[in-house]
Order: sequence, then C-alpha cells, then structure tokens
Amino acid sequence: MIPESFEYHAPKNLAEATRLVGQFGADGKLLAGGHSLVPLMKLRLAAPKHLIDITGIGELNYIREEGDRFEIGALTTHFQLESSGLLKSRCPLLPETAREIGDVQVRNKGTLGGSLAHSDPAADWPAAVVALDAEMHAVSASGERRIPAKDFFVDLLATALQPEEILAAIRVPALPARGGDAYAKHCHPASGFAVVGVAARVVLDERGNLAEIGVGITGVGPKAYRPAALEEALRGKSPGRKRLEEACAHAADGVEVNSDLYASAEYRGHLAAVYARRAVEKALERASENSQIS
Amino acid sequence: MRTKILGERIKRKEDPRLIRGGAHYVDDLKLDGMLYMTFVRSVYAHAKIKSINDAAARSVHGVVDVLRGRDLEGKLGNVPCAAGLEGLKIPDHPCLAPDEVRYVGEPIVAIVARDRYIAEDAADKVEIEYGPLPVVVNPEKALEKDSPLVHSKFADNVAFVAKLEGGDWKLVENDKSLKLIKQRFINQRLAPASMETRGVIASYSSGEDALTVWSSTQIPHLLKTQLAVMTGVDEARCRVITPEVGGAFGSKLNVYAEEGVASFASKKLGKPVKWIEGRRENMQATIHGRDQINDLEVYVKSDGVVAGLRCRIIADLGAYHQLLTPAIPTLTALMILGCYNIPNVWVETIGVFTNKMATDAYRGAGRPEATYIIERAMDLVANELNLDPAEVRQRNFPSPKDFPLTLATGVDYDTANYQKTLKKVLKASGYSRLRKEQERLRKKGKYLGIGLSTYVEICAMGPSSRMPAGGWEFGMVRVEPTAKVTVYTGTSPHGQGEETSFAQIVAEELGIPFDNVTVYHGDTSVVQHGIGTFGSRTTAVGGAAIFGAVQKLKKKMARFAAFKLKVKPGELIFDGGKLQTADGSKSIPFGEVVEAAYYARQLPPGVEPGLTEQMVFEPPNYTFPFGAHVAVVEVDGETGEVQLRNYYCVDDCGRILNPLLVDGQVHGGLAQGIGQALWEDHVYDENGQLITGTLMDYTLPKAHHFPWFETSNTETRTPVNPLGVKGVGEAGTIGSTPAIVNAVVDALKPFGVRHLDMPLKPEKIWRAMKQAAAQA
Amino acid sequence: MKIRVKINGAWREDDVAPRLLLVHYLREVAGLTGTHIGCETSICGACTVLVGGQAVKSCTMFAVQADGAEITTIEGLAKDGQLHPLQQGFWEEHGLQCGFCTPGMILSAHQLLARNPHPTREEIRKGLEGNLCRCTGYQHIVKAVEYAAKASGK
Repeated sequence: MIPESFEYHAPKNLAEATRLVGQFGADGKLLAGGHSLVPLMKLRLAAPKHLIDITGIGELNYIREEGDRFEIGALTTHFQLESSGLLKSRCPLLPETAREIGDVQVRNKGTLGGSLAHSDPAADWPAAVVALDAEMHAVSASGERRIPAKDFFVDLLATALQPEEILAAIRVPALPARGGDAYAKHCHPASGFAVVGVAARVVLDERGNLAEIGVGITGVGPKAYRPAALEEALRGKSPGRKRLEEACAHAADGVEVNSDLYASAEYRGHLAAVYARRAVEKALERASENSQIS
Repeated sequence: MRTKILGERIKRKEDPRLIRGGAHYVDDLKLDGMLYMTFVRSVYAHAKIKSINDAAARSVHGVVDVLRGRDLEGKLGNVPCAAGLEGLKIPDHPCLAPDEVRYVGEPIVAIVARDRYIAEDAADKVEIEYGPLPVVVNPEKALEKDSPLVHSKFADNVAFVAKLEGGDWKLVENDKSLKLIKQRFINQRLAPASMETRGVIASYSSGEDALTVWSSTQIPHLLKTQLAVMTGVDEARCRVITPEVGGAFGSKLNVYAEEGVASFASKKLGKPVKWIEGRRENMQATIHGRDQINDLEVYVKSDGVVAGLRCRIIADLGAYHQLLTPAIPTLTALMILGCYNIPNVWVETIGVFTNKMATDAYRGAGRPEATYIIERAMDLVANELNLDPAEVRQRNFPSPKDFPLTLATGVDYDTANYQKTLKKVLKASGYSRLRKEQERLRKKGKYLGIGLSTYVEICAMGPSSRMPAGGWEFGMVRVEPTAKVTVYTGTSPHGQGEETSFAQIVAEELGIPFDNVTVYHGDTSVVQHGIGTFGSRTTAVGGAAIFGAVQKLKKKMARFAAFKLKVKPGELIFDGGKLQTADGSKSIPFGEVVEAAYYARQLPPGVEPGLTEQMVFEPPNYTFPFGAHVAVVEVDGETGEVQLRNYYCVDDCGRILNPLLVDGQVHGGLAQGIGQALWEDHVYDENGQLITGTLMDYTLPKAHHFPWFETSNTETRTPVNPLGVKGVGEAGTIGSTPAIVNAVVDALKPFGVRHLDMPLKPEKIWRAMKQAAAQA
Repeated sequence: MKIRVKINGAWREDDVAPRLLLVHYLREVAGLTGTHIGCETSICGACTVLVGGQAVKSCTMFAVQADGAEITTIEGLAKDGQLHPLQQGFWEEHGLQCGFCTPGMILSAHQLLARNPHPTREEIRKGLEGNLCRCTGYQHIVKAVEYAAKASGK
C-alpha cells in the first residue's frame, strides 16, 4: 500500500516538463491522472526516483475543433471527453469510449494522454485512437514529432515515445458525413478493463456501401491493433449480416491472443469476432441514420 | 393500545455515527507512542526456511524490532483450533513460521516500526532464503498415495474422516426400481473480503501486567480467553475491545496469528502495537470459504420422490486449522437433505490438507454447500424424469403437520411450511407465465432460464452440547437512575443492526420510548460474558437472552410498583411510560418505580435495591429458517454472457422484529450467493500461487451487476426461543446460489447441458454451447 | 514539502513527504478518519473524497498533489448539525450495514447527483460502479440515493 520514496516535481508548463523529463531519463516518471502509475507504485512494482507531476500544466488540457479534425490535449480527462457536447455531436466515438473506462472516480482523474502513454493492453482508448487513425503529438526539449497511432503502440506497455518525450496531444478526424462510429466492450467484471474492446468507424457511400472502415481492437493482443483482414473484407462492400460475420471472424488474425484466468485465447478470439461485428453493426446503423438526415 | 415498536420498520441507531464519519474502526484509533507492525510473508506454497537476513531491515531508521518464529518459541502459544472431531489431526500452527512454510502468505517475520511507511520499507529489505518443497494444491491429488505431504509428521494429508448414516442404505441399493442419478459438484474457494480488512492494536502495560487488544473480530470474549492462553497474561487482566467492525461474514470468527504477534510485540516492547491488514494480505491470509468436491448419488422413484442420497465430500481445509476449519464441512453433511424428508442417507466427509490458506466459516459456512448439492439434485431429478422442478420439490416436502421432524441425518427441524413459501414465490415471479415466455423465446433462439431453490438452513448456533466452545449467549439489562436503559449483549454485531433490534425488544417490553434504550457490545470489560455474532445466532440466541433478562427486570420493577400501588405484582402492565393495572384504575410512572428502586428508602420485603438483571440463554435446539427463491436469467447464445433479469425470494426467518433489517440482510446475502454462482473464484495455480490476489482479479459484485430484488416473507415462529425468531443473516446466501445455477442450466436445456460448475463465467457457458453444437 | 489545503471549509498547512498518500494525509495528519481504505488497487472506492468538487479515490493521489485544493470529506457534509440529504437518505433507507464503504459511497453519490439530479435506478447503479459494498447488495443504497434526489429536488 505504501510507495517507495521519491522526489516530487510539479512543472508549470510544457517546456519545464520536457526539461525535467530529459534530465531524469529512466529515473523519472511522468504522473498525470495517476490511475495507472500510482497503483503500481503502491504495490512497489514501480519505484521512480523522480515523479514529474504534469497535472498542473493547463496548456495540455483542451478539446479544440480544427476544421474536420479535433485536437485534444493529453491531460484532458476521461470525464471531460465523456461529457463534451462538441465531441458528442462531431466525434461520438470518443465520449462513448470514455464512458466505458473504469469508473466515475477514475474518469474524473484519469487522462487521455496518461492512458495512451501507459499502453495497457486492456485499456479502452487505444482501440479508439487506432480505429480513428489518430495522430500523436510528442514533444521533447529538442523538438516535436507526430506519430501515427498505428506506429504508436509498440508492444505490451511500450509505445514509440522516447524517454525524453512527452505525449502532448492527439488529433483525430471528426465524424464525416454519412459516417457512424461505436465502441463495444466486454468488460472484466472485477477490474473494469476491456477483455475485448472494439472501436469502429464507418463511412457509407451514396449507395449505402462501406466507403471507409476503421476498426481498433484492444484487450485481445499485447497492444491495440487494426484487424486488416476484417477491414479489407468489408471495404467497398455492401454490409450484409452474413458478410459482416464472415469478415469479423478475422478480427484476431495474426494476433497472439492474450489468455488469462478470465478468458482463454480461444474464447477471447471468439469475443473479438462477436464484439467486432457488434461494433461495426452499431456504427453502420448510426451511419445510415446520419445518411438519412443528410 | 400498546405502543408498537417490535415488528416495525425502524431506522437504525447505529447509523448517525456511521454516516457522519464519526465512527471508529480499529485503524481510526491512535494511542500514545503507538508502533506499527507489518509482516513478511511466504512467497512459496511449501518450503523450508533456510535463512533469514534482517540486518538491512533493522538498519532502517525508525525500525524498533524484527521478530521471527524462533523469538516466539515458548513465549507465545500457537493459533488455536476449537473444533473437536474424532481422530482429527491438528498440526502445530505457530504464529510465525519458524522453519517451514506451508502456504503463500504465511507470516514469517514481523517488523515493528515507528510508522507504517517505515515498516513497509523495512519489510522490503528482509531477505529470506527458501528451500522449496513439493507442493500439493488439488485435494484429490493430496489424497493419492504418493502425494507430497503438507505436514511431514503425519502419514498422509487426511485431517479427518467423518461418516453420517441414517435410515437403511441396503434397502435403497437393493431396490432395483429406483433410478440412480449421479453428479459431481465443485464448490469453489471464495474470499470473504469484507470491506474493512482485519486490524488489531495490542497495548500491554507492564505496571499492571495487563493486556488490552482492540481487534476487528466477531468474537471478543472467545478471543480474550485465547489471547490469555497464548500470551500467558492472566485472563482477569486481558481485555478485548471491538470497535466498529467493517464487515466480516465469518472471516473474523477466528483467532489469528497476527492478533497473537501484536500482543507479544506490545508485551515485549512495552508500547501499543498496531497492525492493519492490506488487501493483498487479506486475500492471502484471512480465511477462505467453501472449497469442496461433492460426489452425489440420488436414488429416485419414478414419481420423483427421492428414496436415498449418498454423498462423498472432499473438503479442502488448506494447510492449517484455524478456529473452526474442520467443523465447517461437517455442517454440510448435517444439512444435506435440505427441506426434503429423504429416508435414507449416507455421507462421508474427508477433510484434506493442501498447501493453501485455511478454509473456515464464510457466510453460510457449510450450509450453502449442502443446499447447493440438494437443490441441484432436485433439478437433476426433474430433468431426468421430465418433471417441473417445482413439482419435484412439492413431492418431496414434508407436510407442515410433520413438524417437529427428525430427519434421517438425526437433525431435529423445528417448524416449517415449505409449501407456503414455494407457492408464494411462484406467484410473485409469475412462474407459469415465465415458462411460457421461455418456450416462445427458445423458438426464437433466445435462452431464458428459470431457476428455483427451496432451502432450509440450520441457524441460531446453537445448543452448547453441539458447539465447540459454548452456544449460549449473555444478556443484561439495566435501568439507570435517570430511567434510561442500558442493554449489554455478549454478541458482537458488525452491521447486522442489533443495537436497533435489541433496543426494540427492550423498549416494547418496558413500554418506554425506543430512544431511551442504548445497546452495548464488544468490550469484554463492559459486557461480562459472550460468545459472539455468527451462524445467524445474534437475535435468536442473544436477543432471547435480552428478552429473558428484561422479563426478570419487569418482575422486579413490578414488585416495587405493586408495593407502592398496593396491588399484586402480576397484575401490572408496562406501557406508555408507566406501570398500570389491567383495568387502568391504578398506575405509576416508570420513572417513579426507578426512583423507588435506587433511592431504596422503602424496599418491598426480600427485594434488593437497583434495577439490573441478566440472563444466559441456552437454546434447546437450533432453528431452521427456510425459503424459496426464483432467479430469471438470459444467456447470450453467442458469447455465453449471463444477464440476471429478475430475482424473487420469499424467506421465512420466523418472527420479524424489524422488516428493514431483514430486507437488508437478505439483499446482502443474495449479493454474496449470486456472486459465488456467477463471478467469485479464489484460484491458486498448481504451484500454490494465488492468482486472484487483488480486487482487480477477484470479482466482488458491483451495483450494476444486480437487478431489483423482489423480496417478501412468511412468518413461521419457532418454539426454540421465546421471541419466535429464527435468524436471517445467511438466508440470502444459502438460497440464491443454487437458484442462479439452476436458472443458467435451465437456460441451456436446448443444448442438452445437464450441469456446469461455478462460477458460471461466460467462457464456460460458451464452451458448453459449442460442445452441444458440435455433437448435434 | 509544504502544502496548503482547504478541508471541509478550513485551510490548513502541513509539511508532508512527497510519497504520503492523500488518504493517509486526511486520516493521520488531518485526523479525519471517516475516509477509509479498503483495497490497494484503486478499485473499492472506500477512500473517495471530493477534490475541487470532483469525486476521486484519495488512495490514488499524493497529498502534495492536493496543494491549493479544496477537499470535502464525509465529516464536512453535514451543515450546522443538519444531515446532508444523502446522509439522511442512507439512514432512512437502511443504505448501510457495517458502514465501512458508506463515506465513499455517499461522496460518489454526491458526485452523481451534482451531474444528474434525477437519475434512474440504472444510472445510480452505473454512477456507483467505483464503489464496492459487501453488505447491502446495493438495493438500499439505490433507494438512499433516490431519497436524496427527491429531497434535494424539493
């Protein structure tokens, strides 16, 4: 229950934070909402010598509409995303995903950036950002770069962020016309983490065929991923129930599927297929509603 | 008209302090100079302790002492076991393992430091060198000839074998017209997981040679006696106080190593020592519940009447005996016939040592296992004979006229009307409508399941002749000189609400306002004797003692009043704050009688001053609450996910003193029973490592896991105690588990599924459906 | 490190170690033991308090992070001896048994009603998913929150 001792730093701006991150390297650890890191510290599975608390950096907490994209500051909390009216109407996948994370207290404190940078294989956000082809904005003392979501998650608890980098923001495309999205999750009854979580965004063409599809799956493999075969089987096609089912059977193709006490690899693979279909179906339903309106 | 208090929905006296944050649990107490203790526990399920290096721990600034098993030898007694069974093997159970550890989490070293942060830092620095030994986790493997031994001093891992026989088993076996139905049930291991973990403060004063221990326990008086024995402090100078206790469910019906070590440390260091259990420790080293394998055979007539029941129970006891470890599975045998008058019974119970934490009393303690076996059996019979499960139960119920009834197990059931509760729950649930809906949905490929359970439990523990350490209870009632009333009970409620229900008893009997009564419990220097709160006994035994004490008190008060009023004492009625004659012609205010008793200027002949009376109530029998539950579930045909749609129950706990409290007990019990059926599972891997060691892995059900519980009652009073109450603390847990499993198995009937073991996790159900599809 | 915190309306200053958890600060430094600790993994919610009006698990935050913040604990809910409608609701509806989860449960419910003054039963259950209770089976807790919603709406 008791973390080891550490030195505490609370930078007031991004520049100061990047300087500290550069200075402490592997001895330092960034603290945002704390819901991944603090439990690990209490169990003494993590023991950073320097804790760099970035929660006071106001410039990293925002939701900004930029044309047909949204830029979201890394320190925006799950609750802010869940309750954003702007996102509900223009990028509903994000509030819908946020709502499924942990519990109210976790969503009040936990941040988008903190969750993504931790890259827990059962976290919810990775599914959404992968499905949306988000762009991750990393900043360090020596500069900044943009990392596509597909390259961001490297492995179990590992991202493309360098030790001296801070994830500052992510950019996601707004819901286009004739688009729909959805998040479907099988929740672990104790932890609330995703046993399987599937985020989907689809865009229909004028004839009602699937013009675009993006699917992100979390909980199933060591990191969130896009099921290429599934998307390929649907892209440009008319989405009937049978085709959906066949396509979604490929939800875990090529993935080393996780296995634990709650769900074996076989069952988790099966859930991935079912939940992928449910997410895509729901997204299609919404896309077709949106098509009728427009 | 008498003021009605008993039987009313009265809100609790306990609550104001709890809802304001003003109550004090053990960890909320702070004593001058208090030190903090933490434990280093075994990371192996079975190993020799080759060496312990605590030099680095001792050098941490603020560390006061480091204790090992050897430091306690001859100075602190072993963890006690009170269960007495014939031929029972009782292994030594030192408070700190001196040379060998037998389960993950067994305490080896205790660190005492100035604060808990320092104590944990130091604990991290203790180096223990282990010599791993072979591990046995599976109780059936533990019974094999070449199994590793948990205790090398014993020839095998069998702790005891107990047999229970009734009727004529030969007759059953020779009757070829009977149909034999066999099934194996696994009743999985559970974690009691009260929200407050265990905690203790021990404070020894060398000047007085006196030990005071604050502990989160259900049995302060028994603990006091045991700590006196363990520490060698004169029992007259031992005091145990239970402050607020944050839930227990049987897990604090025990005497634990940590209570002993804290007492020892305080005695050695001359300062108060506090230990608060962490949640991981709680999952590892607080007793676990259930963990039985049941091989069942039922012999049934073609009309569904069961002629005989045979069961072999393998009970996984874990590595050591805690206070009641071996006694728990014997209750399963005792109650295995449930509410059916089955004439022939044969049960063998084998208690087995394994390299796991001890099992012991967890809400229901042996009876949920029995109810699960017999209630699943009834559904298997229904399935086999293609009868409705409600009908099979009806055919096996004894008539209400048959009570009191001695079953083939030798148990004497007090009173019951099983037909009535069943009928009521079938009506409440719209059972026949549900069956029709099920039919319709099945045609659409949707799987609705309806599960029944009609249970009886053995409660109000119990007659002393059948209890390990006394089954009586102590109660005392004192009218104070200000006419306020103080009640002392030897029970130790920790959420059940007896500060309220006992005050109701006393206020009603004395005809005074409810607010004028205060109930005390949980301090051995304030309450003279006691057994404690467990086994649904607090109201049925402890309440009966209070009731008895208040009758004595009324007699005495009537003598004072009669003396003043110049009437016969027997004529007086207590009501509305006065004592009056039946015709109302003469009366005297309650307060004036109190004054007469305390000022004592004119005493009636042979009457002593003062108004204090006590009673030790010895129950002549157990009580047997019963009920009928219906669960309605929907199973997702694609994923195996279970949605609990409705839950209906009718419970009969005898006379109801406060319906609000009864509802609360039932709801909480349901949550735990349903939790076992669907989610909870405390799992060790084959190396004896606990896999479900945190609340991230072990599922404690959450608010959104449950539907609205539709509860109601019937009231069949028991003659076993003067209140007519039977007990309700465990009813929900006992009744609900089989109802849920029966419902899920019922939903899976189209797949030909006959049985699934708990917990009914989606994957298990999915596999069963998949297998059925593959066979079709 | 020096921190300045406004707890239940009163400012105080303390010198704390960076690793001191907020829950330990509240319980052992500020002496407010109504906030409880039930797990080590940020699951049970027994330690829930309001920080800046938001329900948080005080075991998952360091005291130094609360510097400058306003904190409400269970001890601060009743005003002038008057129980908060939620406290009253828990009492009226028997929303507690052992009482250990209750302070956290009440503060989570407080958060829920602040955002959704008239929640459905399902919304109440969902709103309390971060708080475990082993005693009540939750039903009376749901009723307690309904009671408070009604009482506050008057």
